[in-house]
Amino acid sequence: MAQKKKVTARVVGQRRLAEGIYDLSLETPLAFEAVCGQFVGVYPKDKSTLLPRPISICETDRERGLLRLVYRVAGKGTAEFSGLKAGDTAELLGVLGNGFPTDKAKPGMTALLFGGGIGVPPILQLAKELSCEKLIVPGYRDSQCFLMEDFEKYGAVYPATEDGSVGTKGNVLDAVRQNGLRADIIYACGPMPMLRAVKQYALEQDIPAYISLEERMACGVGACLGCVCRTAKKDPHSHVNNARICTDGPVFEAREVEIG
Amino acid sequence: MKTAVTIAGVTFQNPVMTGSGTFGSGMEYSEFVDLNRLGAVVTKGVANVPWPGNPTPRVAEVYGGMLNAIGLQNPGIDVFIERDLAFLKQFDTKVIVNVCGKTVEDYLEVVERLADTDIDMLEINVSCPNVKEGAIAFGQKAEALFDITSRIKRAARQPVIMKLSPNVTDITEMARAAEAAGADAISLINTITGMKIDIERRSFALANKTGGMSGPAIKPVAVRMVWQCANAVKIPIIGMGGIATAEDAVEFLMAGATAVAVGAMNFVNPYATAQIADGIEAFLERHGIEDIREIIGCVR
Repeated sequence: MAQKKKVTARVVGQRRLAEGIYDLSLETPLAFEAVCGQFVGVYPKDKSTLLPRPISICETDRERGLLRLVYRVAGKGTAEFSGLKAGDTAELLGVLGNGFPTDKAKPGMTALLFGGGIGVPPILQLAKELSCEKLIVPGYRDSQCFLMEDFEKYGAVYPATEDGSVGTKGNVLDAVRQNGLRADIIYACGPMPMLRAVKQYALEQDIPAYISLEERMACGVGACLGCVCRTAKKDPHSHVNNARICTDGPVFEAREVEIG
Repeated sequence: MKTAVTIAGVTFQNPVMTGSGTFGSGMEYSEFVDLNRLGAVVTKGVANVPWPGNPTPRVAEVYGGMLNAIGLQNPGIDVFIERDLAFLKQFDTKVIVNVCGKTVEDYLEVVERLADTDIDMLEINVSCPNVKEGAIAFGQKAEALFDITSRIKRAARQPVIMKLSPNVTDITEMARAAEAAGADAISLINTITGMKIDIERRSFALANKTGGMSGPAIKPVAVRMVWQCANAVKIPIIGMGGIATAEDAVEFLMAGATAVAVGAMNFVNPYATAQIADGIEAFLERHGIEDIREIIGCVR
């Protein structure tokens, strides 16, 4: 794996995709190393907010060396990022974490790709990198279905919205049921209630599910032990039932982690 | 130019160390920093058996710093010796092992297991605010600190540093108790107990409710306490608390610290330790100082 480093990236552009959701394009050599499901730490310039913000990689352009980050404004740090304009710089720490294991989806298999809310963006690069048949199920709150046009390039898209304004009314599993979708393997990123339901569904179907978790982080490189999750078995690094989401994850096979 | 400092007979090539718990056992940050450049690596606290630590969230950002309540998660002394210590011994840096426990016997077991290993010093954590038993319970009463220090000193083969808590009425009382009990050095400050409330969720930001505050915002408190202790005891002091730059490190040295440790800033700038070592040299050169020892405790 590529060596982690702190770099200065150049902002190529930024646009607002939906309420509170921004699409930031950065030029950085990290783009050449990143794989789907990995993330970067983005540093605010305001020095009262010191820690890097973990943001998943939505898309990489290896030809032009671009990294696309689609994120939600959740606090002071991300609010600052939303003001970045072409020509500005941004400090990044990366590339962090292990990506989605794309090699698990063999040719001839069908993969279900679930994204929920701000867990939708990393699914885009995954959809690009997976070569098998893909059923893409993004879940949104309402009609502000960001990244939908991008997904349509890579597979059949079955959106779900909480208010029923687009696609299936309900959650991503409601969309699976309504459309009668079947798959051999699952990849998912989204809020914990969604991941719990996806894990349950995968167990019922007896198919593997690779889920991307998030947690409050400090270092992002596996040293501080801030962002752990409970594991079913004793973790080989910690020797207790805790794995580090930043370095051992963020993607885990659903059966490996105790998510309640 | 001389940058070496000596504490309890152990000579460090420069005074820059890592703050326990912020640098793992060096492996993660060895991707960013040449560990050979550091005065010492101070490891994350290790207990006699593996500890699972606290529930999450374990960290929260606050103005100019952060709160943590990791709860001393560690893999236990056996794995530490076999894996982490073996890794660290590849480098030309000193190794200081931070020791934690729930009872005095727990601490003694770790100290005894380390007796035959090739480590340079022990740092005894009697100041972690995030575990319910042990740790800080030994560091907030002078009698308890005296007792555990003297028992550890009897068992230890390596020089002993007692790591002090700032969460006390008078830190010099603790420094004196450690010195009277035979401690070879003291390190301070551990984190300052704090709290953050998530007003949107009407709940605590940390699962543990309270956590230890670190980061640049605590530096003035730490400098003051190092200065107070330097005026109260004769044993060497390792100063820490919010060090972000070489200038910050020099402040601690001038306040009376023989060495310094970089803690939370590793999370912000993974190159911080080596950059601070370079920056201290540049400071000495800029001021025509031949030997770093000239500035240690120069502000009384």
